[in-house]
Amino acid sequence: MKFVVAVKQVPDTAEVRIDHERGTLIRDGVPSILNPFDTYALEEALKWRDTLGGTVTVITMGPPQAEAVLTEAISMGADEGILLTDRAFAGSDTWATSHTIAEAVRKITGVDAVFCGKQAIDGDTAQTGPGIAASLDWPQVTFVGRVREMTDRSMVCERYVETGIQVLRVTLPAVITVLKDANVPRIPSLRGKMRARTFKPVAWGALDLGLTPGETGLEGSPTKVVTTATPEARAGGSIHRGTPGELASIMADLLLGREGTR
Amino acid sequence: MDYMLSEDLMAIRDICAEIAAKHIRPVRAQLDEENRFPREIMGVLAQSDLFTIYIPEAYGGTGMGSLALCVATEELSRACGGIAVSYAANALGAMPILLFGTEEQKQKFLPPLASGEKLCAFALTESEAGSDAAGIKTRAVRDGDHYVLNGTKQWITNGGEAQIYTVIAMTDPTRGARGATAFIVEEGTPGFTYGKKEDKMGIRASSTRELVFEDCRVPAENLISREGMGFMVAMKTLDNSRPGVAAQAIGIAQGALDEALVYASGRRQFGQRIDSFQGIQFMLADMATSIEAARALTYSVARMIDAGKGRFEKESAMAKVFASDVAMKVTTDAVQILGGYGYMKEYPVEKMMRDAKITQIYEGTNQIQRTVIASALIRETAAGKR
Ligand SMILES: Cc1cc2nc3c(=O)[nH]c(=O)nc-3n(C[C@H](O)[C@H](O)[C@H](O)COP(=O)(O)OP(=O)(O)OC[C@H]3O[C@@H](n4cnc5c(N)ncnc54)[C@H](O)[C@@H]3O)c2cc1C
Ligand SMILES: Cc1cc2nc3c(=O)[nH]c(=O)nc-3n(C[C@H](O)[C@H](O)[C@H](O)COP(=O)(O)OP(=O)(O)OC[C@H]3O[C@@H](n4cnc5c(N)ncnc54)[C@H](O)[C@@H]3O)c2cc1C
Repeated sequence: MKFVVAVKQVPDTAEVRIDHERGTLIRDGVPSILNPFDTYALEEALKWRDTLGGTVTVITMGPPQAEAVLTEAISMGADEGILLTDRAFAGSDTWATSHTIAEAVRKITGVDAVFCGKQAIDGDTAQTGPGIAASLDWPQVTFVGRVREMTDRSMVCERYVETGIQVLRVTLPAVITVLKDANVPRIPSLRGKMRARTFKPVAWGALDLGLTPGETGLEGSPTKVVTTATPEARAGGSIHRGTPGELASIMADLLLGREGTR
Repeated sequence: MDYMLSEDLMAIRDICAEIAAKHIRPVRAQLDEENRFPREIMGVLAQSDLFTIYIPEAYGGTGMGSLALCVATEELSRACGGIAVSYAANALGAMPILLFGTEEQKQKFLPPLASGEKLCAFALTESEAGSDAAGIKTRAVRDGDHYVLNGTKQWITNGGEAQIYTVIAMTDPTRGARGATAFIVEEGTPGFTYGKKEDKMGIRASSTRELVFEDCRVPAENLISREGMGFMVAMKTLDNSRPGVAAQAIGIAQGALDEALVYASGRRQFGQRIDSFQGIQFMLADMATSIEAARALTYSVARMIDAGKGRFEKESAMAKVFASDVAMKVTTDAVQILGGYGYMKEYPVEKMMRDAKITQIYEGTNQIQRTVIASALIRETAAGKR
């Protein structure tokens, strides 16, 4: 099997402080880490590779220093690493990022499944996984809490949603986004760490992927951030006590904007 | 202190620290309470290649040597002495094969140990033969292309959990120490069963069990070295493994110091932090100093072993004696610093104190180590080497 895991380097949000005057994050001096959700995606891919055979390729898109997350994945047992880095990629929104990663998946050829984390802890959009699927025109399963089975043709996923668990069989190739519930990520191995020390990722830029400025980077990004703001604090609620009948009439008054009848 | 560890050794330490944080600390008190062997954790150690480090590359290992094994054992012991010995005892069990095994024996038995698929143990001690190992009664009698073993080994670490055992038995009782022979016995060999499982004071996550041999037929090809070489095999094995016990002791002591430091900075009495009292400060300073001294000695001995030059039984004994005495003292002091809380199971230091004690006893008691050191000194003096 040929698996790809899309991983992202993110600031360790546990260490990020907020500049209250400007309403922005203070990222200076904040260590970068492998997006925690991506470790579950990686473990899931490694686990299935270990059972079925094949390879796991990790891909990240980012500045040259994002290589660190590929190295970490190699120390955990990934076989290959690809760094998508180019000035032309700068300013990509989720649309452009998904499209760029999808092009890389196409270029690898023969990929059976792409594993993504549920979301990245810095942006929290949860859009990149679905975006890759859309761009490749592959089926997708999001919020996967467990992969029950996998063959070279399909996999059966448990999708954890608010109303319960959906069990879905999806034909391959497909894209899934993985939840924390799926597994316990392995600890790096000694051989992995030894390999990681001399590991150099393959680096691909816009030209390698045949992408034009309109398809990636700032120009290829339809999202325009107009302004960012902290949501207004909600007004405090009120607590009422009484019999169900009393409470129902209080609720009705509140909803209808009437003065209380009590 | 900076011991100029190579990148590989630092990687080993980091891996062990991560395993300790994620897999060992959360369960150590429970395993201790329930006297339960850490099978899942052995799986985690295997997946991280930690069983490869004492096995040469030719047999599926990474061939990192004695210092690497010390670094790993120390870091695991820092979290739990019982789990760490369950790991380190594999190297002890494999040592006779590593040192004296034939090419065929190495090819057959070492790869599954390197992968962690199988565990290993070393069996010398019997009920009537501890320090005086020459008093063992287990017999091995040649019968065609087999040896027939009869007898009982006692207090074998990893007993019942390991699949490969290196066993010392008498082939010629009339010759005393020169009548012993080492064998490899596999789990499932007819006539080989497990006896009593011990309920111990410390290192309770580790398994300590009897091995019972009743007309157990072991293939002659499993004989290690030659008939009559059993004691030499056992003594060289222990010379090589004792720095591992020292590392275990250092790790346990370091874990206790870590706890004492954190506690002393948070606990307030008489309106101030207890680490502001000189009485506590001096204890902490002495604990840290003695640990560092034990570590420096042990790493030096391990480096000597890795360099593969000369004899080292004296130095190996020194490291084991010194580090284990440090561990007993440091853990006792850690309990003292935590006061009444240190005496309670809610805090980990009472377990560390219980775990530390064994390092003064097994792989040769500290009294026996001192006799080893003294006889080496006397021998060297007589030979004019001092
Ligand atoms: C938890 C545990 C795990 C063990 N694991 C293993 C294992 O995996 N494999 C294995 O083969 N064995 C194992 N052993 C056995 C261990 O190595 C012995 O307990 C040890 O060698 C001491 O023997 P003994 O307990 O019979 O004490 P004894 O030899 O009876 O000693 C009793 C006391 O007398 C002292 N003493 C004895 N002789 C002398 C002397 N000449 N001079 C001064 N003092 C002396 C000793 O130092 C000690 O204080 C284990 C033991 C324990 C408790
Ligand atoms: C099993 C058990 C039974 C007990 N039974 C009783 C009982 O029946 N009734 C009762 O009232 N209490 C009882 N105690 C409480 C016991 O008396 C206290 O544990 C003891 O006084 C120490 O207090 P502490 O544990 O709070 O330690 P702490 O006072 O917090 O001391 C922690 C460490 O700091 C050191 N330290 C503290 N102050 C100083 C200082 N000024 N200078 C230098 N070092 C200092 C201590 O020596 C110790 O090493 C019991 C405790 C235990 C463990």
